[in-house]
This record gives sequence, structure tokens and C-alpha cells, in this order.
Amino acid sequence: MEVTYLKAINQALHEEMRRDENVYVMGEDVAELGGAFKVTEGLLQAFGEQRVIDTPIAETLIVGAAIGSAVLGMRPVVEMQFADFISCGFDQIANMAATLRYRHGGHASCPMVVRSPSGSGVHGGIFHSQNPEAWFTRVPGLKVVCPATAYDAKGILKAAIRDDDPVLYFEHKRLYRSIKEDLPEGDFTVPIGIAELRRPGNDLSIITYGGTMHQSLDAARIVEKEDGLSVEVLDLRTLLPLDRGAILATAQKTGKVLIVHEDRLTGGIGGEVAAIIAEHAFEHLDGPVRRLAMADTHNAFSPPLEEFILPNTNKIVAAVRALAAY
Amino acid sequence: MPEAHGPLPSTDGAARIEFELQLYYWMKLIRAFEERVSRLHRQNKILGGVYSGAGQEAIITGVCAPLQEGDFISPLHRDLGVFLIRGVEPGALMAQLMAKETGLSRGKDSGLHAGDLERGIFGSTSMLGSSLPVAVGAALKFRVKQQRNVAVAFFGEGTSSRGDVHEAMNFAGVHKLPVVFVCENNRYAYSTPIEKQMAIEDVADRAQAYGFRGHTCSGNDLLEVLDLSERVIEKVRSGGGPVLIECKTYRYHGHSEHDPALYRTKDEVLEWESRDPIQRFEFYLEKKGQDIRHVREQFDERVHAIIQGAVDFAEQSRWPEGPEALEDLYATPVGPPVASQLG
Repeated sequence: MEVTYLKAINQALHEEMRRDENVYVMGEDVAELGGAFKVTEGLLQAFGEQRVIDTPIAETLIVGAAIGSAVLGMRPVVEMQFADFISCGFDQIANMAATLRYRHGGHASCPMVVRSPSGSGVHGGIFHSQNPEAWFTRVPGLKVVCPATAYDAKGILKAAIRDDDPVLYFEHKRLYRSIKEDLPEGDFTVPIGIAELRRPGNDLSIITYGGTMHQSLDAARIVEKEDGLSVEVLDLRTLLPLDRGAILATAQKTGKVLIVHEDRLTGGIGGEVAAIIAEHAFEHLDGPVRRLAMADTHNAFSPPLEEFILPNTNKIVAAVRALAAY
Repeated sequence: MPEAHGPLPSTDGAARIEFELQLYYWMKLIRAFEERVSRLHRQNKILGGVYSGAGQEAIITGVCAPLQEGDFISPLHRDLGVFLIRGVEPGALMAQLMAKETGLSRGKDSGLHAGDLERGIFGSTSMLGSSLPVAVGAALKFRVKQQRNVAVAFFGEGTSSRGDVHEAMNFAGVHKLPVVFVCENNRYAYSTPIEKQMAIEDVADRAQAYGFRGHTCSGNDLLEVLDLSERVIEKVRSGGGPVLIECKTYRYHGHSEHDPALYRTKDEVLEWESRDPIQRFEFYLEKKGQDIRHVREQFDERVHAIIQGAVDFAEQSRWPEGPEALEDLYATPVGPPVASQLG
């Protein structure tokens, strides 16, 4: 059966809550309303109010309480209503959860998942469009995942829930209802920390994740048809830990790398990916590593402004052509 | 090492006498341990910040005494005694303070940022107050799993200004969770006096805004703390919802050992020293017929031996090796190999 990206997340929650009674869901409007985006719809009816908990507007409390229950063996999946609001729970994530195992000499686990609807292209404006993932990719102790397909959305969330460390799960709002695919029956997980080659190619590599993964695939098809270029697309899927092996393999194979993401250019994960390639695949390169990302500004609201600052298929096509011609 | 677990002997019989002597012993042990830590810090044997709780021993002793196995405690940076009362090896605690490999965090962090979850102790961070939402989460687990346990969250009056405290108390109130919020009001947030921290007299007043009771007591009077905490913890344990206990107290030392605390007058310090919780309890024991001089000597000797043993253990323990800094980050190690990180 064809399942949307949104439904895939919902299925993962249902299945994991059925599988393990320690899994529970907590956040703003997740119970009665089923979430602002309906991602948690039906959970309250299926599992009751002890395991599907509406909270006050209090991100510090949401993450903090998740941590407290997680160290005692629960597996909370909490929702930031919009990824933009994760800043309000920042201290609990970056200082409390991330350092927990370390501070306790290895004798404490925090199996918590923080789900955050992220990304632009939905007329959200400055505080409902952000991609805050890179704030966290430099915090050891955390894992950061950004699934781009319905299959990954489901499989990675299931893996995240079963993981013994805190996982920040950034789902892309624009993908919720815009993509769907046939999912296999039965239980499956997608391992955290493993990138996926979405499209093989020989001339050039696009390394991307999340919302821009689909635009990159579109761009690759266009340049193949119009320019005869064979473009490889690597979907990172996990930003922490990065799949260094897959990054280096594609860089070594094609010798030309374009990194694309919707997060801002400066300080985005693209800088780290470029550095890994520069350090370890320099002699394989046939051109500069290029980055295409959101401009270093805020998530402007007006459509022409948003269009101007964000990557899209046309911009990726242009960047691929320029790099191919280098 | 004595354990805090088990029901309290409430009668006036021999068991009660033994229990009271146990409490006295804990306060003596905590005071002596901390004074030794301060001395070691002056001798440069303890690096980093040392935050003495001298003067505040009655609070943790009185609050921890009625706790049971499985209860959750998030102590303050000044609550080293919680570790001792809950039965953490004094040697491991001293090694933690000396940054040795045998410490609770294996050298990963200083002071009391480490915990011992087997004994229900959760290590806090330096962002004081951030452990209150965590304690509320522990209580949420007790509720969901129908466990008869309580979560105890210690915090200072300075911390009570933080939003974390509001978020935690509000949620605990909404869901009537088994949390005991214990405010150690020692009148100073580092150098800032209470008048500049809040427009009210009692932190306990805030509880009302969250729909539960707030109590004040003298934090320097062990019997007062104990009497209140026994009653309150039993109520919280049997599903009565959260409670806030505010214990008025004073720290003898500065905020840390680096702080000469010149913002306080000598008279003020002397006045509080005259209300010393240990001395006060000694008077009480004496009045009840104990040969306090004899007991004190006995305990001093015992405490001294334990602390010397802890210091010896910590000093003889090895330092952690550099690459161990990359351990204990994840359940299963991830990330690039060490060599590629160090260039």
C-alpha cells in the first residue's frame, strides 16, 4: 500500500508503542489533536493518556522530563511542534542529555527521541521554517537524523526509538504529504549512521539530505537528459555520526562534489563534509568542492524572498553544470 | 556503610535512638568529608571548583532519611552528602573530586556532575535548575509504571528564578506527580542576596501558583526538617501530588572555595554559625540522655578513618589516560577514529 511520509512516521510510532510498552509520546497537542500536523493521530485512542501525553507549552520541561524517564528505562518520543522551537529546549538537549552517559562514567543511558518538523517551502516564515539540525551536529553524545523518504522516515524512527542514546529526528514538513511510496509489510528498521546511494553516476556527485534530496534527484535526471551528465546522488540520512566512508567513496569515484542542503551555508553540515573530502580525498578531486545551501539570512516569508534564498531544482541544475564544466 | 533504605522507626524505643544516632553520624561524616575536601583544595590536590555545603547538612540528612530504594534524587552541587547517605563509596566520591579514573565519572567531569543511578542519584549540570524537569520525568515514570516511588529535586533559592523551575513545577502540579521539591534557601545566589533575587519572602509561596502546598522550615534544625519530610514524603508517595519544602539555611563558606564571600558581614556569619545544625542536634541528643562526648569521640574516630581511607584510595588511583576522553559518549562508539581527530 502507498504510504505518505507523514503516515510512515505515524505507523512507526504505532508499531513501536505496540512492540514496547516503555515507548510513550509526549508534546504539545500530540494527544487530543493528534499533533499540529496529525503525525501522532490515533495514538491516544490506541494507547491511552498514560502513554500519549499533552503538555503545556514548555519545551524545557518536555525534553527534561523525557530525559528523567529515559534514564529510568522508558523510551520517550517527544515532539517539538516546530523544529524552530527546539531552541527553547536547547540546554536540556545539548547540556543535559548529550553529556549524561559521559558524566555518569558510562553507567547511564538516555534512550530518547526528539521529533522536530523542520524545513521551509510551506510559507512558514522565520519561526516555522527553520532547519536547526547543524546546531546539534557538533554535540557528541547526540545522534542527528534527517530522513528524506517514507521508507527511511519509518525505518529510521524505529531505529531511533530502539537506540540507547538520544536521537534528534528532523522530519521535513514539505515532505509530509507530497511524497509517498509502497512500504513493505512487517517490521523493518533503517540503521542510523549509514548514508544511501540514491542514484549511481560517474561524472559528478551530489551529497545531500532531507528536503533537497528530491530536488537533487530531479536535477540529476534533468542534466542526464539535457546534458548527458551522469550524476550520483548520495543521501546522508544521518548527520551525526556522518557516514565518512560513503562520502569519501563517492568523492573518490566521481572527483567532483556538490553539497546541497536547506540549512544555512555557513556552519551547515556541508562545511564538515567538504572538509572531510579535502582532508582525505584531495588527490581524487578534479575540481573544487562546491556548496549550495540556504543563504546566510533568516527564513524570509514573502515568496520571492524565500525563493531567492533557498536551493531548488533549477539552482541545483545550474550548480551541477558549472561544476561539470570546471 | 549505612544504608538509607527501609521504613523509619517512629517510636521512642531503642530503634529510634539508633536511628537518631545514625542521622548524627551522617551529619558528622558529611561535615568532616567536606572540610577535608576544602583542605585538599587549598593544598591543590583537588582541581576545579569546590562548593562546600558546610552548614546545610541537616537538610539533605533529614530529607534523605525517609527515602526508599528506587527513589530518585537530583542533588545540588552543594549536596555531596547525598552520595554518602545513599551509600556511594567514599573513596569513589573522593576520586571523583580528584579527577581520578576510579571516580564516578571516570575523570570526565568535576564535582557532583556525576551520578550513581543504581543508588537513585542523578548527576546535575552546572545549569542549576535544569535537573528539576528531569526529576519530574522520573516521577512521570513512577506514575506510568505505578511504582510507589518519589523523585526528590533539590534546588537553591537562586535557582528558583529560572524558567526550568517554573516549567517543572507547573507540569508536576497539573499531573499531581510524586515529586518533592526541596529548596535549600541559603540567602545568596553566589554574591546576590535574596532581596535582589525575588520580591517575596518565602520561595514556598510559589507552590500555591502551581496548585500544591509549600512549607517552610528551619534547614538548620534536623528534627524540623525530618519531621516535615517524613510527613510530606509519605503523602507524596501515596499519591497526594507534589510538595515544595523550603529549608532556610546558610552556607558557611563562599559560593566556592575561590570566593571569600566579602559580600556578607562577619556578624551575619557568626549569627548563623551559632545555629549550627550539628551542634543543635548534639544538644538534643544530650537532653535525651546520650553521653554526647563519648559518642562524638567515637564517631570522630570512625569518620576520620573512613575519610583517610577515601583520600588514600583516591590519591593512589590512576589518572585517566588521554584517549579515555573519547569514551562513554555513546552506548556503542561512533564517529571517526581517534587518530583522524587528532591530526
